[in-house]
Amino acid sequence: MFNQFFQVSDIVAIYPQLLLALFGLGVLIVDLFLDRPWKVLNAFTALLGIGYATYALFQIRRFNVSAYNGAIVNDSFAVYFQFVFLIATALVIFISARYLSIEGEHRGDYYALILFSLIGMNFMVMGMDIITLYIALELMAVSEYILVGYLRTNRQSNEASLKFFLLGAFSSGILLYGISLLYGISGSTDLRVIGQKLAERPANDPVTLVALVTLAAGLLFKVAGVPFHQWLPDAYEGAPSPITAFISVAPKAAAFALTLRFLFIALKPLQVNWVPMLSVICVLTMTVGNITAISQSNIKRLLAYSSIAHAGYLMLGMIAGNDYGITGIAIYFLVYMFMNIGAWTLVVAMRRKDLIGDQIQDMSGMFQKNPAAAVLMLIFMLSLAGIPPTAGFIGKYYLFASVIQTKHYVLAVIAVLNAAISLYYYFRVVVVMFMNDKVDEEKMVLSPGVLTTLAVTLAFTLIIGIYPDPFIRFAQNSLSLFQ
Amino acid sequence: MVPLNYFLILAAILFCLGVIGFVMKRNLITMFMSIELMLNSVNLTFVAFSRHINVLSGQIFVFFVMVIAAAEAAVGLAIIVAFYRNRESLNVDEVDRMKL
Repeated sequence: MFNQFFQVSDIVAIYPQLLLALFGLGVLIVDLFLDRPWKVLNAFTALLGIGYATYALFQIRRFNVSAYNGAIVNDSFAVYFQFVFLIATALVIFISARYLSIEGEHRGDYYALILFSLIGMNFMVMGMDIITLYIALELMAVSEYILVGYLRTNRQSNEASLKFFLLGAFSSGILLYGISLLYGISGSTDLRVIGQKLAERPANDPVTLVALVTLAAGLLFKVAGVPFHQWLPDAYEGAPSPITAFISVAPKAAAFALTLRFLFIALKPLQVNWVPMLSVICVLTMTVGNITAISQSNIKRLLAYSSIAHAGYLMLGMIAGNDYGITGIAIYFLVYMFMNIGAWTLVVAMRRKDLIGDQIQDMSGMFQKNPAAAVLMLIFMLSLAGIPPTAGFIGKYYLFASVIQTKHYVLAVIAVLNAAISLYYYFRVVVVMFMNDKVDEEKMVLSPGVLTTLAVTLAFTLIIGIYPDPFIRFAQNSLSLFQ
Repeated sequence: MVPLNYFLILAAILFCLGVIGFVMKRNLITMFMSIELMLNSVNLTFVAFSRHINVLSGQIFVFFVMVIAAAEAAVGLAIIVAFYRNRESLNVDEVDRMKL
């Protein structure tokens, strides 16, 4: 009887997550014994946990285990995305310590919450059962609500987390309604069974369509597709900058992976219905994101709108739905993680005692003060705009090529035009840094953690751009989605 | 036995009321209650389906939804309290520090 519920393979499948949970709780306990100057040790504990979990994941990467009666599937799609989350989280922890000390909010629960949110994301990509997926999604989201509002006395942080929370909970409710209808239609909580049952039903069945629309609305809220994007710029602006770097990369990738699982396993029979719907949203997301970004004077809002536009590019891969598209989404997230966290790291480094450093004007004359930082920002901006030989070009190439393969030429043209628009606002930042005179003499302080993140992100932004082959082979692991 | 449709229609009405309440109301606590109403209508749908097709997993899902609603309430109310301390107001129109 007991054997039926617990098998060794079950524990093996979630071993990295168990380690992360252990270290997350460990951070909370260790924090009790640390005085204020020693809080940075919490960051090391968290990094140790991530390192250990990465090592464990590396060892089980080829096992392809299906655990807990198929509720959790650790296939190579899941493993690929887990590696992306682990790296992104580690990079964010490196840039957090100094920022939190300046804000006077350096406590251990910050790192614990980041680890818990990481566990939620990992289960989101492994889950094959709607109960598991929902709990994982909420574990990720609830941790993030707290992290966004982490600066308790800061009004912007309060408001950001309030908006993020209200709209996040609202969208979860809508998503859940769609899930409940899917459950009613299929009588199962397994995504694969739902897919089979939906295939047997007549096309254009009203209940199925209501389920599809509510489910899609909930998922689009999570990935911030237009018109469900209003919460995103405010949440990104008000959150502590390292957290913005985090939520603009890892949870977005997790939400996309979740959407892929839903669309290509459970809702595969409805592909004729969701492709046109997604095409409209994709065009809106790209265009609104890019055009609104042009008029922003705050660098955090500018990057927030740019991340909406990037979500639009990523939807191209879903619409294409072929090998190229899925590989494109996977490689794009790897690339996006490095270039976006790189750009955010420089925003984090701008923060000092008397300067919040989130206005574009604050970057005036950076080339005179910190030439290296200005050149780094230039490289990240080039990469975000998708100019070769940076990594951003490889990601965009795959996504745009995928829609050309499936003959969605109009979409491809709109996407290329959008990429051209985005050049304008990315270069506006660069112009301010290189052409304007400096406003003060004080130089940027680059802590060792910030330097580490900058070195890693710069290296990968260039290496993936120049020699992409191994990374593309790595990203092709995600094709197990189709099996 | 009450037919399945009655439950589903009731749940759909409750869900719509929750959505309307969330969109129309300006008080943070009321908006939060509307979200809870949406979650509870989902619970009703799950239980009704589960009873109808005689599979228990839907009822188990309801327990998880309730647990998560409780966790969300704890975090959500804490966020609302933090906002209230800084602003002395529960009106959502005053959440206006950041503009589009």
